[in-house]
Amino acid sequence: MNAVSQTAAETPALSGAEVVLRALKDQGVEVIFGYPGGAVLPIYDALFQQNHIRHILVRHEQAAVHAAEGYARSTGKVGVVLVTSGPGATNAVTGLVDALMDSIPVVCLTGQVPTHLIGNDAFQEADTTGITRPATKHNYLVKRSEDLARVVHEAFYVARTGRPGPVVIDLPKDILINKAPYREASTAPHRSYRPRTEPDPEQIRKAVALLKGARRPIVYTGGGVVNSGPEASALLTEFVRMTGFPCTNTLMGLGCYPHDDPQFLGMLGMHGTYEANLAMHGCDVMLNIGARFDDRVTGRLSAFSPGSRKIHADIDPSSINKNVKVEVPIVGDAAAVLRALIAAWKADAAQPDREALAAWWRQIDQWRAKDCLAYRQDGAIIKPQHAVKRLYEITREMGRETFITTEVGQHQMWAAQYFGFSKPNRWMTSGGLGTMGYGLPAAMGVQIAHPDALVVDIAGEASILMNIQEMGTLAQYRLPVKVFILNNEYMGMVRQWQELLHGGRYSESYSAALPDFVKLAESFHARGLRAQAADELDAVIREMIAHPGPVIADICVAKDENCFPMIPSGAAHNEMILGPDQEANAAAVTDEGKVLV
Amino acid sequence: MSGNGTGAERAATIAVLVENEAGVLARVIGLFSGRGYNIDSLTVAPVDEAGRLSRITIVTSGTEMVIEQIKAQLDRLVPVHKVSDLTMEGPHVSRELALIKVVGRGENRMEALRLADAFRARVVDATPESAVFEMTGAGEKIDAFIALMRPLGLAEVCRTGALAIARGVRSL
Repeated sequence: MNAVSQTAAETPALSGAEVVLRALKDQGVEVIFGYPGGAVLPIYDALFQQNHIRHILVRHEQAAVHAAEGYARSTGKVGVVLVTSGPGATNAVTGLVDALMDSIPVVCLTGQVPTHLIGNDAFQEADTTGITRPATKHNYLVKRSEDLARVVHEAFYVARTGRPGPVVIDLPKDILINKAPYREASTAPHRSYRPRTEPDPEQIRKAVALLKGARRPIVYTGGGVVNSGPEASALLTEFVRMTGFPCTNTLMGLGCYPHDDPQFLGMLGMHGTYEANLAMHGCDVMLNIGARFDDRVTGRLSAFSPGSRKIHADIDPSSINKNVKVEVPIVGDAAAVLRALIAAWKADAAQPDREALAAWWRQIDQWRAKDCLAYRQDGAIIKPQHAVKRLYEITREMGRETFITTEVGQHQMWAAQYFGFSKPNRWMTSGGLGTMGYGLPAAMGVQIAHPDALVVDIAGEASILMNIQEMGTLAQYRLPVKVFILNNEYMGMVRQWQELLHGGRYSESYSAALPDFVKLAESFHARGLRAQAADELDAVIREMIAHPGPVIADICVAKDENCFPMIPSGAAHNEMILGPDQEANAAAVTDEGKVLV
Repeated sequence: MSGNGTGAERAATIAVLVENEAGVLARVIGLFSGRGYNIDSLTVAPVDEAGRLSRITIVTSGTEMVIEQIKAQLDRLVPVHKVSDLTMEGPHVSRELALIKVVGRGENRMEALRLADAFRARVVDATPESAVFEMTGAGEKIDAFIALMRPLGLAEVCRTGALAIARGVRSL
């Protein structure tokens, strides 16, 4: 207590709201995404009187969190959100869970009714810490002014270290108004939270021994490599090239290994490539770095990579041995693990069996020869795959720094399959939670962080309507985000599952009564474009990119196209459906498989 | 479909040292309900002089993989200092406290008092037609005593759940 009152005496008297802003500034915060309301008025008042932090006014609190996620994922910094109590906080919950599932560092400040009213069912009161406890990595309710500065600093530390995630700070209005002491961020270690980042050398040694003896190895990497920072991606590339091993990425990991590298097998999992999934199935040693054996990746667990010895490096010990039992667990940050693996690989005199590796590559090349992502664009109807592919080719040709966000569904998978990423932090998608409505606000956050870059939200006509109000935010801040809608007039992935698994009974999956997206764009002061035939596609893409402001490009695509390859639910990697000819296989999905989502 | 479902289940007594702050118990309990783990019993109280640390003792059960998950999930909660699987980490002493009320007169009452004496249960309250027994011991001993009281007028049972500590010099 003495220390606190001393600091208080030294610091000029600040209101709680001013303390919050000073702590944000000291944490390097430049932008916050928010929406005002009664309980946070003191913070908005303090914001008005300073120039360090820019506030972006969103149109819905869910979008504020997604925008902060987009900002965080494209910069590696912590994204910051400010919302009011009650509905402000509850609206933010979807975004928080999204950030939790995808390990995105976000600090969300929520207003709260004054401390003396907590528990009284006051106006706009909600038990925010209770509601967000399972939705966050950690949360705080600040009940004493002297805790305020410490809690804000600690929240940033918790959000960005270890496995990153969202942290909520619930701020009662009296705490924001009352005077509070300011304290710098403490350099002392946290009392109980000490994430481990450096791997155990003994585990690294075991991993390298296993890898050197591999005849059919695979490197399977995920969002942990991206989250670790760009150095981890560079180290991954170095390690994979040094070993000559094949590499595959999860949906979250795209960009951490260059897509056009010959050792890259593409994305794995439910809509991954044939070669990536069969290599996972047939490998004898698997090195997983920063991925979590998610059910979208493993397919039927009992048939997942049955013959392999597995190494799993993850910063979160609870991700290891959760779904899949592994032989060599390594707890550590991806960059630290890769650095140690490279050093140990070089130090170990043993040589991998080059002949076995060459035979493995010959096998992989045979799988590759299936060309599982081939599609035929003939006739006037635009294939959605073709639309994404042309978008990719045209942006590459233009050579502009490009960031892609997506909504959730078929278009998301086509984006993952046909848009190539060579660098990390260029691909923002809702992988774990699968949140429709993620892409537009996320793109907003990316564009704020990278004002000169090309930012495209590859969307579906159903998803985009879930946060379409953010077109207003784009207009207000002149954010030139491009919304590229693959409009097939269906919730396409729902329709696909209904076709393949539910006898073609398209229950409620048709997007009826759609708005005219061109007029919708215009009403939000943006440019609206439409491509209805294949020969209009390129011109629309070029015009979309060339236009200096926000654009909605309504790309009318084939309505009944399915997303392949596909591992039907409950199936194994070697039971994938490659295309329409094999759709009958999906009918054989067991009841056990149908239970799965 | 779950890889966690395979293998034999075992019981585990887990000791968790946590920061004594608002909501910490809710975090632990929420983790168990949210992830579908069992809680057979749970006890909690502050354990250090300053009242900054609390110790939670949880008795749970699951396959080896599930119990490993429970420990890892507990360990990553921000206010958790330490997690120890007492069942796996060597011998430990486990005790439970129970208060047991028996209502009745005559021979049943005499028999209840005789059995209480044999089980070393203390009488902490008595009226001409009731008695409250306090009993400390392993859970099975308390179970056995309660079973004996049932025909003799068992009216109410209140138990703490297990507390456990490692034998020897090992400390959490």
